[in-house]
Amino acid sequence: MASLNLVEAINLALREEMERDGDVLLLGEDVGREGGVFRVTEGLQQTFGEERVMDTPLAESGIVGVAFGLSLLGLRPVAEIQFMGFLPPTLDQIICHVGRIRNRSRGVYSAPLVIRVPYGGGIHAPEHHSESTEAILVHIPGIKVVVPSTPADACGLLKSAIRDPDPVLFLEPKRIYRAIKEEVAQAMEPIPLGRARRVRAGAHLTMVAWGAMVREAQKAADILAEEGVEAEIIDPRTLSPLDTEAILASVRRTGRCLVVHEAARTAGLGAEISALVMEEALLHLKAPVARVTGFDTVMPLPKGEHLYMPEPSRIVRAARKMMRF
Amino acid sequence: MNFDDYDPLQGKRLQVLDPEGCADPELLPDFDDDTLRLIFRWMLAARLLDGTCLTLQREGRMGTYPPVEGQEGCQVGSALALGTGDWVVPSFRELAVALVRGVQMEKTLLFWMGHEEGSRLPRELRYLPIAIPVGSHTLHAAGLAMGLRYRGEKGAVLCYFGDGATSEGDFHEALTFAGVYKAPAIFFCQNNAWAISVPRKIQCAASSLAAKGVGYGIPSIQIDGNDPFAAYVATTAALERARAGEGPSFIEAITYRLGPHTTSDDPGRYRSSDEVERMRPLEPLVRYRLFLKERNLWSETWEEQISSEIRDWIAEGVRKAESLPAPGPHDIFDHMYAELPPHLARQKADLLDGLKEE
Ligand SMILES: Cc1ncc(C[n+]2csc(CCOP(=O)(O)OP(=O)(O)O)c2C)c(N)n1
Ligand SMILES: [Mg+2]
Repeated sequence: MASLNLVEAINLALREEMERDGDVLLLGEDVGREGGVFRVTEGLQQTFGEERVMDTPLAESGIVGVAFGLSLLGLRPVAEIQFMGFLPPTLDQIICHVGRIRNRSRGVYSAPLVIRVPYGGGIHAPEHHSESTEAILVHIPGIKVVVPSTPADACGLLKSAIRDPDPVLFLEPKRIYRAIKEEVAQAMEPIPLGRARRVRAGAHLTMVAWGAMVREAQKAADILAEEGVEAEIIDPRTLSPLDTEAILASVRRTGRCLVVHEAARTAGLGAEISALVMEEALLHLKAPVARVTGFDTVMPLPKGEHLYMPEPSRIVRAARKMMRF
Repeated sequence: MNFDDYDPLQGKRLQVLDPEGCADPELLPDFDDDTLRLIFRWMLAARLLDGTCLTLQREGRMGTYPPVEGQEGCQVGSALALGTGDWVVPSFRELAVALVRGVQMEKTLLFWMGHEEGSRLPRELRYLPIAIPVGSHTLHAAGLAMGLRYRGEKGAVLCYFGDGATSEGDFHEALTFAGVYKAPAIFFCQNNAWAISVPRKIQCAASSLAAKGVGYGIPSIQIDGNDPFAAYVATTAALERARAGEGPSFIEAITYRLGPHTTSDDPGRYRSSDEVERMRPLEPLVRYRLFLKERNLWSETWEEQISSEIRDWIAEGVRKAESLPAPGPHDIFDHMYAELPPHLARQKADLLDGLKEE
């Protein structure tokens, strides 16, 4: 077993899936010769050749539209969109075709493709390089949305995403690309989509967080633990379809639900999870559901970024307020 | 100069100043000595400021930065052709254009330092903020130009972008609109051979990018992009067409990105240093120095003297940029709408309360 960071773990998953299945193809801007601007696809073109790892022209809608076409044949394209800020041009293809083809062809066609997208803030990147717009994607019917928060999860979930018969948006929290190392087994089994992971057990409060926010929630939980508040952390890992049972089971136990996301607040996934808890666990609640989120603003440039990001201090404040309720 | 004489489909390319510093007397614009020296001064200013930005980035005083080294010639030449009523719609690597058009130096510095004030450019400048989403802004240029035509204003719009941008759908839609509506727009492609690690030949199977303009019914030309005179001459001709109501033009300037894509990039992974060394003698300052020298307009002392003036100017710009305080918490809310809506007012109050508690 090797100790890998997120970048290396995703690379391993891609490599092993490409070895396993000749139908797995990679395409995207700078993914080949350069190995991706974050080095996620490093060495793969050297191993598998230019026909399977394609440096594409600079056209996001083109990348996804072409991946869709490839997938109609049953090929398994894994497309990379360099940053989430450059995903918008692909929404036409995703909304109008990728998410619809199975239904509208009555199952004759499907689109077993993966779109990998580094996302999120906190790395002092230039404008349009720090977006976190996962809620827009979760709102689109017919696609799945996956977000790993650890290297092993990234490896196992990506394998499932590639083997999944339906289209998967695989969002990579680039802030923690190299922040965490973890043992990742060679040839590890895929981790099924749609299942949450309990990151930390606790009796007083459930925190729901994904991607880079899991680490922030952990830091907050450490501070709260010193105050005698035991927070449980649930990482849904798949945002669509959501593992509602895991969230509800935890909230029913703790009686408190705090959702943390760096995406904007209004109509973010926190709102959906809050509605879920209202619908299914209202009578277990000891305090209203709370959200610590980004603001309904444009993502600030680096000098204002820290004001926007949900930091442990903000999470702790919200948790204390819930405990006092 | 007539675009028709340089059919890109025949492989023709406009060059006025060759790499040895010899200018074609037929094509050389009628510049006085001061202007000839000014062109050098602007190119040098961009070169030196570029170096300062690289240093600032290395010292942690600036974020990711896209260097302009090698592309100063076509930027300065094209920008100098503009008049006061004309607009510039830049992408993100137009440091030299910004200087020539009078964008305060600290604005560009602030943008790459990650400060929102870097995009606050006064309307009178007619210079839009930097556009990072590749190709997206070409449509804005078409729209602005259509608007100028509708309003009966005399100005034209000069839009800059790279070779990679010509693969984006937006670019094709921009040319489509500008062509159909005879918009007074000039699409200025800086083909610097690379889009991060992707070479020009992977962007398009066509033999020239100018051929794309031809396809949309737009007069199009390839020029030597390391030759400021060619850029000036082609842009001037395009402006004349625009002002005469004859519609858009497309200029493909063949230049070369000598540096990395940005400070986060390591070009050693995808291109040879041999290639860069082959291109270095072709860069604009080298030939322009030879040109001035031939006319007794250049000496080492003169260059040293203007370099030192430019360095003082740069130091002042850096000082101004760094002395601006970081934006406060209100800043991320206050510019979102003409009037702050209640939900944002609440979020702003929450943030301010939270910060007070800390
Ligand atoms: C829509 C979009 N996709 C991807 C990127 C990331 N990116 C920034 S610059 C660049 C290459 C641009 O190449 P080119 O148009 O030739 O301009 P150059 O960088 O060479 O000046 C890429 C892929 C982006 N900024 N916008
Ligand atoms: Mg380029």
